[in-house]
Amino acid sequence: MPPLTTQHDLENQIHDFLAAHDPSATDPLDFLRARFDAGLAWLHYPPGLGGQSLPRGLQPVAEQAFAAAGAPDNNPRRIGIGLGMAAPTILAFGTDEQKERWLRPLWCGEEVWCQLFSEPGAGSDLAALATRAVRDGDDWVVTGQKVWTSMAHEARWAILVTRTDPDVPKHQGMTYFVLDMTAPGVEVRPLRQITGEAEFNEVFLTGVRVPDAHRLGAVGDGWRVAQTTLMNERVAIGGGAAPREAGMIGILAEAWRTRPEVREPALHDRLMTLWVAAEAARLTGLRLSAQLAAGQPGPEGSAAKYAFATLNQQLSGLELELLGEEGLRYDDWTMRRPDTVDFVGRSPGYRYLRAKGNSIEGGTSEILLNIIAERVLGLPGEIRADKDVAWKDLPR
Amino acid sequence: MSEELLYSEPEDELRAAVADLLGARAPWTEVLARTETAEPYDADLWKALGTGIGAAGLLVPEELGGAGASLREAAVVAEELGKAVAPVPFLGSLGATALLLALPGCDAWLRRIASGEQTAAVAIPFSTLPGNGRRNTVSVTPWPPKEGITDARLTGRVTGVADALPADLLIVPADGSLYAVQAADVTRTAVTSLDMTRVLCDIELDDAPGELLAIGYSALDDALTATAAVLASEQLGLAERCLAMTVEYVKTRHQFGRAVGSYQGLKHRLAQLWVQIAQARAVARHAVSATGDERAIAVAVAQAHCSTVAVLAAEECVQMHGGIGFTWEHPAHLYLKRAKSTSLAFGTAARHRARLAELVALPPS
Ligand SMILES: Cc1cc2nc3c(=O)[nH]c(=O)nc-3n(C[C@H](O)[C@H](O)[C@H](O)COP(=O)(O)OP(=O)(O)OC[C@H]3O[C@@H](n4cnc5c(N)ncnc54)[C@H](O)[C@@H]3O)c2cc1C
Repeated sequence: MPPLTTQHDLENQIHDFLAAHDPSATDPLDFLRARFDAGLAWLHYPPGLGGQSLPRGLQPVAEQAFAAAGAPDNNPRRIGIGLGMAAPTILAFGTDEQKERWLRPLWCGEEVWCQLFSEPGAGSDLAALATRAVRDGDDWVVTGQKVWTSMAHEARWAILVTRTDPDVPKHQGMTYFVLDMTAPGVEVRPLRQITGEAEFNEVFLTGVRVPDAHRLGAVGDGWRVAQTTLMNERVAIGGGAAPREAGMIGILAEAWRTRPEVREPALHDRLMTLWVAAEAARLTGLRLSAQLAAGQPGPEGSAAKYAFATLNQQLSGLELELLGEEGLRYDDWTMRRPDTVDFVGRSPGYRYLRAKGNSIEGGTSEILLNIIAERVLGLPGEIRADKDVAWKDLPR
Repeated sequence: MSEELLYSEPEDELRAAVADLLGARAPWTEVLARTETAEPYDADLWKALGTGIGAAGLLVPEELGGAGASLREAAVVAEELGKAVAPVPFLGSLGATALLLALPGCDAWLRRIASGEQTAAVAIPFSTLPGNGRRNTVSVTPWPPKEGITDARLTGRVTGVADALPADLLIVPADGSLYAVQAADVTRTAVTSLDMTRVLCDIELDDAPGELLAIGYSALDDALTATAAVLASEQLGLAERCLAMTVEYVKTRHQFGRAVGSYQGLKHRLAQLWVQIAQARAVARHAVSATGDERAIAVAVAQAHCSTVAVLAAEECVQMHGGIGFTWEHPAHLYLKRAKSTSLAFGTAARHRARLAELVALPPS
């Protein structure tokens, strides 16, 4: 728990802010910009960039106070990749200019971000990626194919990892950029998912010019920068402070409480087992968010994300079993282009199917377990032949 | 008795014929494409399977134009259909046939089913646990029913019925009796179903003419049990195909310079799945062979085990394919949706375990 004085101070600040910016009388975007400028956006970010270097654990206090006042929010589900992945990476590796340019519109929801990491040949083995960036004056020229890019169709900016030096081992020759999704040579094609709609995409990059000023981190240091993104991604998915019965467990608990006809005695023990698992995961996430300084999560994030994915799948599977006949129905298979991932507003069948992606996106559960085994427990890694070979000489 | 757990030579021949047909006529790309058309069931394929190969009349006695076979042969067909997630009303037709066979005076219906002239389905929610057919809300006049009534009138609604969309004849449980109703006399509305390859429908009866088939539901429970037994074999086939597809993929997909199937994290899970599928085969065979008191136990075991294995196999199939397994353009989702849906059909595994607890005298408290 943060010190009470800090919490009290914060509540006072928010009170004063709300007095000066009546949510009902202020344009939502103006309100969000003012909230950012007052350091009341992401509290753990530094002053001047939307925060006050406060402990992460205070964020729920602010969110609750703003929500209670009926303040507009930045629709976090629409800009999850920006908030959870791009922003902490920019914060950790960006120049002052880059932070100035990108963080405010990102947080305010003016600009959506996407993540151009995975490629057809480089998923779990991200460091095998083949998208080339070649220096040309003040620019880089990028050519390659990315895949499974969530929300690329909505995005204004992308975080992008490329290969800049094929002659060194794969982890060394990568460079990280911010890509303008409206630049010539960027082509986004929908990829339809098992749920029916196309939330993710293939992205073809053909001779796209990226100014060197949009590089994050040093040339050749892209792997380290990408690691920061990935660790933050996992914390964003699995960590954070949530109230009891938030998410999938809440949906089940609600059904069990309010609909006696779904109470199947044989499933009660499973429900309660999962309830305990959800509460354990929640408390772990809370503990994690209290420990983290901005931008530097460790492998614990992998554990949180693994637990989240496993739990979501078990819960959504159980929900269908509880519902029986209703579980045999689906809401809509039509091919659509959503702008959020909506677990709550869709049908139980959608939740069941969409949760299958949770153990694949953001690092598969198998990869997360490898990380825990090798980086946390120090167990020996798999025998690998691909580490010290120049990327261009790797078998493919 | 252990011989019964194997496949006979005629069963292998039947399997080969069905597999050939499905290989030629129901590749997954076509199965997928059909899911978004106005005809979710493949009428031509059903014709070829039902009358060409004789799957529709499998249980019907030879003198009525059928094959005079047993649930064991039907189960072999179901295995192959599960492998292909084929959109044909075999299971529903089988349930209706099993029911008509148990009722007196149904020869004419059975003849038409075997000849392919009519396809029948039992109008009952797909999720109905055998023995639970009473929760139905169709009312009937005249009441009480009298033997020989051919002009009863039925009114009410039955939801989530499998394989009734392509049926011509519906067997409708109403007020404790069973009636034959022409599908043309009811309104069927296709349901947007989790399983896109076995689309359910809601049935509205508004003073629909019906012919009394039998008073009482005991034959119905029996037919549902038979259908659930055969469904276990469909689940077996589905699980086998998912395993085969996955094994094939993890052998060829390389990450970190190695086939991903070389990682024990995947390899051991696939080996475990194989063990469970081998058990599912024994369990599914037993379910369609057992008689007497053993039958109820065998079917409950099969439904509890095979449905769980099918879901696991389909879930592992998606997971081990990574991103590609999460896409519409890969067949994995067709199997996942079929597997999860069949795990809710005829009651969930939990319900079957609970029923089993009664049957083998292991009360919960
Ligand atoms: C819904 C969704 C959204 C996504 N959004 C994005 C996005 O916005 N941007 C982006 O860049 N990517 C995105 N991805 C891609 C995702 O990061 C990759 O799918 C993931 O990293 C796995 O890569 P892959 O699909 O190539 O599978 P592969 O790496 O080929 O994996 C196949 C199977 O092998 C297993 N495996 C691989 N290596 C090992 C090992 N060493 N030990 C044990 N098992 C192993 C995997 O766990 C998996 O089960 C998204 C994916 C999904 C499903």
